[in-house]
Amino acid sequence: MKYTPTIGIECHVQLSTKTKLFSEVDNDARGKEPNSCVSPVDYALPGMLPRLNGEAIKYAIRAGRAMNCEINAFSRFDRKHYFYPDSPKGYQITQFYQPIIGPGFVELPSGTKIRIEHAHLEGDAGKLTHFSNYSLVDLNRVDTPLIEIVSMPDIHSPKDAHDYCKELWRLMCYAEVTYGDLFNGNMRFDVNISLAPEGAKELGTRAEIKNLNSFRSVERAAEYEIKRQTRILNAGEKVVQETRGWNDATGETTGQRSKEEAKDYRYMPEPDLPPINLSQEFIDAESAKLPMMPNDYRKKFEGTLKPDILEILLDYPSLMKKLDQLATREDASEGLSEVTTENEGASPVTTGASDPSPRKPSSRVSLIANLFTSVLLAEEKSAEYLNDLPSTNDLKDLAEMNEKKELSSTATKEVFLKLFDPQMKGRGTKTIAKELGLVQENDLGALEKIVDTVLAKPETQKAQADYKAGEQKVIGFLVGQVMKASRGKANPSAVQEILRKKLA
Amino acid sequence: MKTANKTVSAERLVKDALEKAKFFEDYHIFTSLNEEGALKKAREIDAKIKKGEKVGRLAGVPYAMKDNFLSPEGETTAAAHILEGFTAPVTATAIKKLEAEGAIMIGRTNMDAFAHGSSTENSYFGPTSNAFDKKRVAGGSSGGSAVAVALDIVEFATGTDTGGSIRQPASFNGVYGFKPTFGTISRYGVVAMASSTDCIGFFTKAPEDMDLLMSIASGQDPKDLTTLPDYYNIAEADAESDDSRHASSRPSSRGSSLTRSPLVAKCLESSNSCARIGVIKDFDNESVDPEIRQALKKKCDALEKKGHKVVELSMPNLKYALAAYYIIVPAEIASNLSRYDGIRYGFRSNESTDLTALYSNTRSEGFMPENKRRIMIGNFVLSSGFYDAYFLKAAKARTLIIKEYEKAFSKCDFILTPVSPNLAFKIGEKVNDPVSMYLEDVMSVPLNLAGIPGLTIPVGKAKSGLPIGLQLIGPRRSDKSLLEFAKETECSTAA
Repeated sequence: MKYTPTIGIECHVQLSTKTKLFSEVDNDARGKEPNSCVSPVDYALPGMLPRLNGEAIKYAIRAGRAMNCEINAFSRFDRKHYFYPDSPKGYQITQFYQPIIGPGFVELPSGTKIRIEHAHLEGDAGKLTHFSNYSLVDLNRVDTPLIEIVSMPDIHSPKDAHDYCKELWRLMCYAEVTYGDLFNGNMRFDVNISLAPEGAKELGTRAEIKNLNSFRSVERAAEYEIKRQTRILNAGEKVVQETRGWNDATGETTGQRSKEEAKDYRYMPEPDLPPINLSQEFIDAESAKLPMMPNDYRKKFEGTLKPDILEILLDYPSLMKKLDQLATREDASEGLSEVTTENEGASPVTTGASDPSPRKPSSRVSLIANLFTSVLLAEEKSAEYLNDLPSTNDLKDLAEMNEKKELSSTATKEVFLKLFDPQMKGRGTKTIAKELGLVQENDLGALEKIVDTVLAKPETQKAQADYKAGEQKVIGFLVGQVMKASRGKANPSAVQEILRKKLA
Repeated sequence: MKTANKTVSAERLVKDALEKAKFFEDYHIFTSLNEEGALKKAREIDAKIKKGEKVGRLAGVPYAMKDNFLSPEGETTAAAHILEGFTAPVTATAIKKLEAEGAIMIGRTNMDAFAHGSSTENSYFGPTSNAFDKKRVAGGSSGGSAVAVALDIVEFATGTDTGGSIRQPASFNGVYGFKPTFGTISRYGVVAMASSTDCIGFFTKAPEDMDLLMSIASGQDPKDLTTLPDYYNIAEADAESDDSRHASSRPSSRGSSLTRSPLVAKCLESSNSCARIGVIKDFDNESVDPEIRQALKKKCDALEKKGHKVVELSMPNLKYALAAYYIIVPAEIASNLSRYDGIRYGFRSNESTDLTALYSNTRSEGFMPENKRRIMIGNFVLSSGFYDAYFLKAAKARTLIIKEYEKAFSKCDFILTPVSPNLAFKIGEKVNDPVSMYLEDVMSVPLNLAGIPGLTIPVGKAKSGLPIGLQLIGPRRSDKSLLEFAKETECSTAA
């Protein structure tokens, strides 16, 4: 029998707020000692009461708007009880009954829309490390603000599950609400999956695969589950509703030790926190701060960049911002050369004479985009590179020098890479190109002189004779000789032109 | 309030208090004394006085602190085994405010563990005796604090009131006990019992002292988001500006004298527009001790003689209060006590070989039977499938009770009722009968559900010599007028 898989995904996003959701301690525990970012509130001393981080509310509004969601003017918190050492209070403060983010949708690159049921704010749990006969508790992560995004069961293939998670990750990164570091668990996915006979109205029994932290594992786990559940159904057996774990090494899901009793979280309204009441003005003001989203970039660069290249580059929000600045700067340089402002450290915004661009701005963007794609993304440490991008001016200069043939395509790539070099940074594209001796000689008079010297050399005489005898391809050898004499600075196509004239 | 000055040193006041505390040792009033710390603070204040520096409004005044307030001075036990060895690294907001004015804590007072109880018998340290009869209970849960004030060890003591825990022991020991409007004093740093009904308050021997303490301890606290915007002292300022004609003839509002609110001023100035006092006829029945009923009647007569009007109220929905209370409060208790798991601080049972055993052994050994009873009730009413039937229904009953009070306060300014149906009972008499113990709270819990203020006023003694107290109740945020009215009636109707 043919089965249709139905997938719903819950995603936890750690918000990158300055302080925790319910206390004033540092929320960024990266690289810090265990239990060093913990307040008496997080530690759940007696008599401690949660405070509410207003920044997290703003982040939630942006995150919600990034998913086209309604923002609920009224929301409140509830307690979800369970005993485990990662939960010092013995309950998690979450929004069970009235969440802050209402229904919305996420549009995949393919155009498929996945509806969002709701999303809510809650505090994260601590971390346990188990040893043979003891466990260590680290509470740094306790009450890091999370939003849990709950999708509708609108996903029907592992590929779409993958794309949904990836798009969600992009949306959250572009909305600037998370560091988006998947490896360190900034986003975690729980995948609910069930199979039903094709055309059936009722959904089948689902299994939940918890705590996946990569798009690839979401896709693979979904593929595995479809196979596993198909096998069960084909054998006439029943799928058990359970929580399953994913083993990335074996590529299998396994039923997690079933708890003897069903979990009962004994939800109750949080009496220590008054409800959140947001005015429409506040919601609107915060929504207006939402930066450009992936779909905005898709529209903006449609026709300028190839869709496949665009999809690669979209994984790097800082890069897209840079390309956008480049495009904006070029649009502006038509008239007022320096209307855009930028705070990029060492590189001062020069107010040099505006040189009319012979090419359309989009070609510069596409040149830089291609450089990023081909050069940078092939590098091992691409993510590190992207932490500190070259200034927009440097990139603009690079594109211009390439346009004017002052840099060959090889030299353009070389200078491009140097722009990331901490030692070169801030010295400007032109200086770097000159220092490296990569600027091409375009002065025809000067080139002619070099050509003449080369043609006078005895070792080129045979080639000259061969060329005149009709052997066209030796021109390459002669160009090479000139290039060598110019120490690589000559523009090869100009050299070739001069040579052809002289030998005609 | 007797503050330290150049003739009476803070050290003298503290030493006297400590001496008295030791003299009454066999009443089991304190869980620990703060001798060293208190004397050190007293000497600091004396040095300031000597130098002529400014000292606070409570300079050198010794006080007793219920043992559920956090402060680095001594162990905070909440009279529970499970907090054994716990010293708080932070100080409760209320305590900070009192100490900023120079008050000196001489000891932590006994209570029912985690404030669960109405007799101070549920303490890990054993029961506290009544100030008037050692064989009888102090009332609870703030029993130690009430007795410390009643026996003149200190002039004031802190307490917490979740369902009557200040008012009932105040009544049993013949002192004033005040539970303010919910959210008037910050709960930050006070071991939580039930978040939505817990109130911080005080025991004193005079309503003036209560007013002074309220003006110091009240106010919005960013560390407790359920605190109300400041109103207690602001109302005072407003009253002054509203009535500026009399400002010059009035004593200073700072210090121990009271300013008159417009209401009270009106009462005193014109005998035909006096306060309307409501009495609840639903509470006037055989279950209430006849001597208490008589005391209420006598007080009403006296008030009427003074020109106040007594209004009879019917408040049938109050009969649901106790049932609603014993659903909502245990639910919050069960939740708030979840943090005591033996992992991070306090007592941990060391016999355990795995996590589940660690939890169950620690909590089984660390909690008192009454704690466990409430945890079980709380978890039961919150469990899936029962939430709607119990918790949600109780929340609805709570709304009805709030509305019933609103209606009542449209007919009267204050309500006067007994505090509890009985006089102080014998130690051991009810401790094994939870329901009759819970019935102790039948007249005090409705206020906590509604979040309104209530003051225990001592009105005399029964034939047995045991004190009788009545409860003066006002609408939300009427705390200031309520204390003023109490002060006026104390002068005018004293038996």
